[in-house]
Amino acid sequence: MKKPNDVIIRSVTKVAVVIILTFAINLFISGHHQPGGGFIGGLAFASALILLFLAFDIETVRNHIPLDFKVVAAVGVLISVLTGVGAMLLDHPFLFQAFGYFKLPIFGKTELATAVLFDIGVALAVIGTSITIIMTIGDDR
Amino acid sequence: MNNLVILPIIIPVIAGMVMVIFRKRIIFHRYLSVCSIIAVGIVTLLLIFQIDQEGVQTLQLGGWEAPFGVSMVADMFAALLILTTCVVALCCLLYAFRSIGQERENFYFYPLFMFLITGVIGSFMTGDIFNLFVCFEVMLVSSYVLISLGGTGNQLRESIKYILVNIISSFLFLVAIAFLYAMTGTLNFAHLSIRVAEAGQDGLMTVVAILFLIVFSLKAGLFLFFWLPGSYSAPPTAIAAIFAALLTKVGIYAIIRVFTLVFYHEPEVTHLLIGILAGFTMILGAVGAVAYWDIKKIITYNVIVGVGFILAGAASLTAEGLTGSLYYLIHDMVVKALIFLLGGTVIHLTGTSRLKEFSGLIRLYPGLGWMFFIAALSLSGIPPFSGFLGKIFITEGTFEAGFIWLGIIGLLTSLMVLYSIMKIFMNGFWGTDTSEENEKRTTKGLLLPLGILTMLTITLGLGAEGIHHYVDLAVEGLINPGIYIEAVFGTRPVH
Repeated sequence: MKKPNDVIIRSVTKVAVVIILTFAINLFISGHHQPGGGFIGGLAFASALILLFLAFDIETVRNHIPLDFKVVAAVGVLISVLTGVGAMLLDHPFLFQAFGYFKLPIFGKTELATAVLFDIGVALAVIGTSITIIMTIGDDR
Repeated sequence: MNNLVILPIIIPVIAGMVMVIFRKRIIFHRYLSVCSIIAVGIVTLLLIFQIDQEGVQTLQLGGWEAPFGVSMVADMFAALLILTTCVVALCCLLYAFRSIGQERENFYFYPLFMFLITGVIGSFMTGDIFNLFVCFEVMLVSSYVLISLGGTGNQLRESIKYILVNIISSFLFLVAIAFLYAMTGTLNFAHLSIRVAEAGQDGLMTVVAILFLIVFSLKAGLFLFFWLPGSYSAPPTAIAAIFAALLTKVGIYAIIRVFTLVFYHEPEVTHLLIGILAGFTMILGAVGAVAYWDIKKIITYNVIVGVGFILAGAASLTAEGLTGSLYYLIHDMVVKALIFLLGGTVIHLTGTSRLKEFSGLIRLYPGLGWMFFIAALSLSGIPPFSGFLGKIFITEGTFEAGFIWLGIIGLLTSLMVLYSIMKIFMNGFWGTDTSEENEKRTTKGLLLPLGILTMLTITLGLGAEGIHHYVDLAVEGLINPGIYIEAVFGTRPVH
């Protein structure tokens, strides 16, 4: 059988993945004031990786992203729980959220909240879980 | 604010997640799981001490005041159950070290065990009905994986049934919460109690209460137990024991909590219905236990009898009945784990679960035989052991509430339970050793958790006076919902 020629889909994927990843990060960051957040941001991020799996094969992607996604999911949950534990160490109730306004070099006056750390955990857990599901179903081994 | 309240939930989560990260280190998994369960036990002991001194302990997560945030409430009822959970979980873990096998250990057995414990403890501790749903799901998803872990044919068939039944009941749970939220506009247990008391429990509210009863009955195996015998005999012994000891008890806890705190205004309808269902559950469970000649089937049907018995006490809605329910709940968690581990050990030693295929075990394994005897007596409520006091109080409570038929059913089914479990003892342990190739196999390491649980059921029976003070406190909280509400809201007026 002749090997199919997929130059077009691979070239488009290379561009599209960058755009999707940017969009995913935008969704993640906008969670506090606009629709978005850790869950949808994580799913969009995972969809970019799945596009890579479709255009290239699983081995190639795995060689370039040498992460065990089960560990990614576990680290995500740990980050989320530990933000709550951090509040406990400072004698606040579990899951207490602190925020403040900071002058950052490029962004100017920005609101930073510890809720973002929790959302990073959620996003990592979502990415890790969805990629693990796809890889487990897709793998022959 | 008391951050101690949340620790029993987050210690197992963190331990489980760390285990997932260091997947290959099985020895590390074992140490970490035992250490974290012991840590949870110590924290719970501290909590019990605090509740005794200062009343019900609460934590408003994130500092948002109840009813707007999620409250975690540790009253004596929940704390006693959590402590029992820790002891039972520790014994099942010790048993699993020797029996579960390397293949399952490599596929996240210990992390899943930790998540199961998290869900169970979270369900006991939460003060919010939607959070109860979430904790149920944490527990159920872990149990789905544990029941199918290993992937033998029987396990896969039973796990499909188990998952289907539980997904349907979770869906009904969500629908019931939606109805309740539409009518009361709140999800916090204490606030729900106030709102329902203010508006009065009209017909529609009673219908929602019965919907909740159906949901929790599916989880607890109250009358709707058709899924239970198959599912609980499929997984390996250590997992089946933790299921039998904990999973149905969470459903029972939810029924007792909801029908003493929120829907206690129409006992002629709801509590009578619980009583009728409990009566049917006891009869059907006892009939099943008597009918089979298979160890696994006999002990799973005994789980069902226990559920009916505990809820018979709850249906009476008297102090005696609830005291009995709590005593019996604690006893039942311990003794069901014990009897499942014993049954599993017998099956491991003989290689068959059919009673007619072996006999004379007591010559080879005297320790095992006498522990089985003690467990059998304790299960049916013979005086020096832990099952007795609960049965006495439950029978007294049902008589006092006028459910005399229910008390009589309870006593009659106790006889049937004794017969069914003695059938295992007399046929399996007595008699001559019929099979020739049945040489002595090792029980090394398996007897330790069995010994701990046996000692516990004896001490719970002899030292019932010692925990009487704590049980009384717990029952006082169940009889007076005001104590719970005041602990959640302080003295602020809430409508």
